Amino acid sequence: MSQPCQCMTISDDDPRYMELRAFIQKEENKQGVAMTALQEAQRLFGYLPLEVHKFISSETGVPIAELYGVTTFYSQFTTSPMGRHQIQVCMGTACYVKGAQKVLDKVIETVGVGVGMTTDDRLFTINAARCLGCCGLAPVMMIDDHVYANIDNVNCIPAIIAKYREDGSRSSK
Amino acid sequence: MVIESNNCQEIDCLKPLQTREGLNQLRDEWKAKLEQPKDIRVVIGMATCGISAGANQVYDAFREEFDKRGMTTIKLEKVGCVGMCVYEPIVEIYETGKDRVSYIHVDPPKVKTIIEEHILGGRPCPGLTLAGLNNDDKSAPECAGFDDLPFYRKQKRIVLHNCGFINPEDIRQYIGVDGYQALADVLTTMTPQDVIDTISASGLRGRGGAGFPTGLKWKFAAANEADQKYIICNADEGDPGAYMDRSVLEGDPHAILEAMIIGGYAIGATKGWIYVRAEYPTAVKRLHIAIDQAEQLGMLGENIFGSGFNFDIQIRLGAGAFVCGEETALIASIEGKRGMPRNKPPFPANKGLWGKPTIINNVETLANIPGIIRNGAEWFRSIGTEKSPGTKVFALGGKITNTGLVEIPMGTTLREVIEDIGGGCPNGKTFKAVQTGGPSGGCLTINALDVPIDFDKLVELGSMMGSGGMIVMDEDNCMVDIARFFLDFTCDESCGQCTPCREGTKRMLEILDKIVNGAAHKKDLDDLKELADNIRLTSLCALGQTAPNPVLSTMEHFMDEYLAHVVDKRCPAHVCKNLTGYYITDRCIGCTKCVRVCPADAITGAVKEHHHIDQAVCIHCGACFDVCPFDAIERR
Ligand SMILES: Cc1cc2nc3c(=O)[nH]c(=O)nc-3n(C[C@H](O)[C@H](O)[C@H](O)COP(=O)(O)O)c2cc1C
Repeated sequence: MSQPCQCMTISDDDPRYMELRAFIQKEENKQGVAMTALQEAQRLFGYLPLEVHKFISSETGVPIAELYGVTTFYSQFTTSPMGRHQIQVCMGTACYVKGAQKVLDKVIETVGVGVGMTTDDRLFTINAARCLGCCGLAPVMMIDDHVYANIDNVNCIPAIIAKYREDGSRSSK
Repeated sequence: MVIESNNCQEIDCLKPLQTREGLNQLRDEWKAKLEQPKDIRVVIGMATCGISAGANQVYDAFREEFDKRGMTTIKLEKVGCVGMCVYEPIVEIYETGKDRVSYIHVDPPKVKTIIEEHILGGRPCPGLTLAGLNNDDKSAPECAGFDDLPFYRKQKRIVLHNCGFINPEDIRQYIGVDGYQALADVLTTMTPQDVIDTISASGLRGRGGAGFPTGLKWKFAAANEADQKYIICNADEGDPGAYMDRSVLEGDPHAILEAMIIGGYAIGATKGWIYVRAEYPTAVKRLHIAIDQAEQLGMLGENIFGSGFNFDIQIRLGAGAFVCGEETALIASIEGKRGMPRNKPPFPANKGLWGKPTIINNVETLANIPGIIRNGAEWFRSIGTEKSPGTKVFALGGKITNTGLVEIPMGTTLREVIEDIGGGCPNGKTFKAVQTGGPSGGCLTINALDVPIDFDKLVELGSMMGSGGMIVMDEDNCMVDIARFFLDFTCDESCGQCTPCREGTKRMLEILDKIVNGAAHKKDLDDLKELADNIRLTSLCALGQTAPNPVLSTMEHFMDEYLAHVVDKRCPAHVCKNLTGYYITDRCIGCTKCVRVCPADAITGAVKEHHHIDQAVCIHCGACFDVCPFDAIERR
């Protein structure tokens, strides 16, 4: 099975640039296009390296410095590629008072990198989420689109992570 | 124009409603379908919390079974949040002439039982409802529909009225519960001034936090002459632990659209924006669907109800910045810039988006508007307190039995919310405090339990309404740790523009770190207080001005806990790791469970022999404490 491309650079003739250009051109609200263009670019590329900033700048006329200012302001924008699996541990108040710190500590211990970091094999990125909005199920963590709810016993976490590791090593063979 | 509703049942076939009669005809048809369904109506709560708990699989299981059995007349519907998040996934069955039955914790195997026993057999299954939970609540009826529960009895659902009942992806169901009637009233019978007068007379105050009178705000914007004005719905809902806005957007999105159009008419704006946080994909999707359907039916667009009034709405996504909930920062963000607040005045009502007069209202504020127009200002004033009419939705969470969304009339006491509606702290633990107002608010203690909740009372008590997060804490929560948690949040979310907030919150956090690590002196507490007061007075926006609140309020009510950390180097709740030691007592029988979970290999001992924790190696994670089946591990 082939893996999705994990290469760091994006080539100039990457077809996703065409999509981004089309998006920018049809955006009727030319004022304020910087933010929506960056959001679309992140959706397409998964992250926002310098070359993508350059491209948006040349398409919109917004200086790169200003775009970069926007990118670094908002926590959802990232300038480096993310892991294949996103682990988000909810650190909202409801989860926190029900032991989310322990969940996060266990995830960090199991995966081996800290919050906001990606493992060397680019399998996992760990994030502390502000609030996933399911306070009734606290404490929760989310791996990609799957929600793990009511994690009262953190000792179940290594087995959950191991499952993604196994799938990862199987698909890269 | 008359609608050919009997020929085509698809939404896509609907034509624009140009007249009141057209709207009423559709309403009557759908009111009957919703209130007196010919066949059974099965609804599944599919807001974010329901979906997280597995509602999608439940929906698919019903669909599959119905298809397999050829049960084509039964209506299977996705609805918004039913409110009792702790029991998701929730399935409710409506049948004409019978009480509704609410099934909890439903999974695919239970779906089969419900279909066979209840839907086909006509025998509801009490075992799968709340009655099946072996709790002490004697008042729970034998086969619980939620209406009968104490959880709902003390509530008054105005804002959440349609959530969990109508399908948010079908505009006809909204129309069936009197949706867009207020808009039709406004556009065909009222002047903009009439609308502003009604909202002013209702006494509605902004639910986004500050409680500013909505009618007054609209009046300011209406008085400004401009070629373009805007109305913005603030759906950034940044308080971690509040999710009522999300619930309204996911469960009743048309109410927000209707209110925005009414607001636009009142102030003379033809364009609206909804700024939603990107973490709410389901809400965003439903808003898009709602806008498309509203355009299709002519509720949005040109010449709405033949009045000559035009209005359209666009959605903008946030990108993860709490400060963008602040109105001037939100405007900067829509303009595509870094979301940094600016000084006020000028207020957005005078100079807002792209320099034009702009009204920003919170989701819950807007959700009240159609009801006020339909039922009148007097009706609204009859609910709640004199200075704070209406209701408030709270996200009740933390150490509480019934976590969920509760909507109560203003003036309800905290005790009623926590004990009667919330069911108290679970596992027999003792209530310690409740935090309202999120990172800008404060905590209320047992002494405040009998105070009626409204905007002004909460401020008097050193907290605030905020957006409505209400997090309950019990004896196992450390108040210093909670204060540190909120400050860590605001410190991280400070936009960095003004020094008191950017630097001051960092310095406060450093002191709190010293306290929770047992390295603080008494003087640090004085410094903390002084810093807090300065930041409160000198920050540019309300983020900084309110950031010290959780610290100040916990210092006021729980000084003993601060002193225990600082003087005795002890965390009374055993939360702060560096102040909590773990020791094995004589009750240990040598089961080795703790040895296996210890991540630091700090525990030694052979099978069936007393174990021992090496204090030099222990990282105080508490894994052994949690896992020991014999309560043989003691925290000191
Ligand atoms: C740091 C900060 C965060 C805020 N977050 C929100 C929010 O998430 N949602 C909201 O409606 N208002 C929020 N507000 C309040 C808004 O600035 C504004 O007062 C509100 O949207 C006005 O609407 P209302 O009058 O209907 O309450 C926030 C304010 C501050 C200072």
